[in-house]
Amino acid sequence: MQAFTTLRGVAAPLDMVNVDTDMIIPKQFLKTIERTGLGRGLFYELRTDAKGNKKGDFVLDRPAYRAAKILVAGRNFGCGSSREHAPWALLDAGIRCVIASSFADIFFNNCFKNGILPVILPEETVKAMLKDAENGANAVFSVDLAAQTVTRPDGQTVSFDIDPARKQHLLKGLDDIGLTLEKKRSIDDYEKRQRQEQPWLATR
Amino acid sequence: MGKRPRTLFDKIWDAHLVDTLDDGTGLIYIDRHLVHEVTSPQAFEGLRLAGRAVRRPGATLAVADHNVPTTDRAGGIKDEESRIQVETLERNAKAAGITYFGMDDDRQGIVHVIGPEQGLTLPGTTIVCGDSHTSTHGAFGALAFGIGTSEVEHVLATQTLLQVRAKNMRIEVTGSLGRGISAKDVILAIIGQIGTAGATGHVVEYAGSVIRGLSIEGRMTVCNMSIEAGARAGLIAPDATTFAYLKGRPMAPKAGAWEAAERFWASLPTDRGAKFNKRVTLNGAAIQPMVTWGTSPQDVLPIGASVPDPADEEDPDKRRSMERSLGYMGLEPGKPLREIRIDKVFIGSCTNARIEDLRAAAGVAKGGKVAKHVQALVVPGSGLVKAQAEAEGLDAVFRAAGFEWREPGCSMCLAMNADRLEPGERCASTSNRNFEGRQGRGGRTHLVGPEMAAAAALAGTLTDVRERIG
Ligand code: SF4
Repeated sequence: MQAFTTLRGVAAPLDMVNVDTDMIIPKQFLKTIERTGLGRGLFYELRTDAKGNKKGDFVLDRPAYRAAKILVAGRNFGCGSSREHAPWALLDAGIRCVIASSFADIFFNNCFKNGILPVILPEETVKAMLKDAENGANAVFSVDLAAQTVTRPDGQTVSFDIDPARKQHLLKGLDDIGLTLEKKRSIDDYEKRQRQEQPWLATR
Repeated sequence: MGKRPRTLFDKIWDAHLVDTLDDGTGLIYIDRHLVHEVTSPQAFEGLRLAGRAVRRPGATLAVADHNVPTTDRAGGIKDEESRIQVETLERNAKAAGITYFGMDDDRQGIVHVIGPEQGLTLPGTTIVCGDSHTSTHGAFGALAFGIGTSEVEHVLATQTLLQVRAKNMRIEVTGSLGRGISAKDVILAIIGQIGTAGATGHVVEYAGSVIRGLSIEGRMTVCNMSIEAGARAGLIAPDATTFAYLKGRPMAPKAGAWEAAERFWASLPTDRGAKFNKRVTLNGAAIQPMVTWGTSPQDVLPIGASVPDPADEEDPDKRRSMERSLGYMGLEPGKPLREIRIDKVFIGSCTNARIEDLRAAAGVAKGGKVAKHVQALVVPGSGLVKAQAEAEGLDAVFRAAGFEWREPGCSMCLAMNADRLEPGERCASTSNRNFEGRQGRGGRTHLVGPEMAAAAALAGTLTDVRERIG
């Protein structure tokens, strides 16, 4: 996984609450067996007309935001399904950080598996940042994960909280599976114990 | 003893903790893993690239459900991408030695319907699947939750997951339900009260006399939509209802082991005095038949109500999102919900496609006729549900009333196959999500219970089922 340390880039405002995963990446893009190339489906139904032509008025299609790396959005971002295609699509479109006052659990978790930083800030702060982000190409934010700060375009620095374990994972871009496999002994022991205590759960 | 009283969730968590990392993250053991075609290909691919094996194929069950056609399957899957996904799952499962129920297998069906049916879902276990509605299995007192594809890969390789411990929440539904009120109405009423983020970060335990009185199918309906309340998982303590359902299922404990299993399961319910971080109580007697009017499951009201007016909403964010919802849904404030005309009816999905749901819907449909302008689909949750329904003659009841009787799968719940709404079409649906475009681009979904859906099919509008059942 790609590590996340610092990020500097334009932030795009998406002033909507309860942005769901069906909205982030609709089902017709879930038929892939790949992880890549999903950017073309990102917010597809908000960006295109019924014939599939780009409307051009969606925030990420406006010239100032085409290179956006950050998304600022309303509360409960990412609610709905567990599809990891949602963070894959964001990543593929160049978004490495989403700022909101709250996130749905599974989406939040999926971000960390893909080098995307979800930043939780108080509602009023997010509102102010949405305003900042409306300033087009001038809406340049800096994010520093080690310092746990977001610097707004006017230079003001805001701190955010993050679970220390998740922070370390992102900073180092760790391979979770590799780390867990180092615990093989504990897992073996666990299985042995379970076979004794709950023999009805035994399988191959 | 002085032992700290624990919740059902605490007990399952503690019993599955393999290790605690220095930073406090738990490494928890996963007893059962369900795999479907949409969220698994990249996980198997990841394993292959890293040269890693599947640790415990016998604890894993694979089935194709999201993409499968619900019409005649003799010709296979026409849509190429869907076919490739299903074939990829079959190949991956076979290569890893994982049991796979193919499209021609009687046991094929929606992953959350077949797990319980096979007895794979057992009290006190941990169950995961790359699907948010894994919460369904919590109805048995199993800690069951949806995961992303990276985590699917993690479970395949290690049979464990790294997890931050969730908080405890208790939702109690007291008293008893009125005539014609279903489990779907209960969970919709709960979501209406606490909102789609009301349980974020929590595992919800449902309790109270109404929950205890529900059948196992009804409990699955309630736990299924925990995710729509933002919960990590839903749980219901196992009891005699649970045990009776499980006995004799193919993967349930066999005679000899059964008594020990039942004794263990009986020790699982939450201890008296255990601490919950959050508590909510609903009066069961006050719950009405519910229907959604907007594009979030929390946009829900009793059928007797009218479309709400955004002008009455004080929170500007909520007002804007209401306006957007109503625009998308093509509804005017003040319109009585029961006057809303529908084009389609979908009875199916992991929320409401079990035998009891079909019996309930057939009970309403019996002797009636689907309104002329309505297309109504019944999609059983699994091949076994379908066979059972046919043995009971439910298919004949539905067909005689003008419903279409289909092959099992997810179908119009998410419209990945050919079953979908056209732009502007309006559907009374027993599924769980009414998001924009969920059932087809531009499609408008009203979530209801199975009896309400059947009643709507006959009436041609949303309607109060209680008037049909006398
Ligand atoms: S029925 Fe719908 S919600 Fe359930 S697993 Fe299938 S697509 Fe998901």
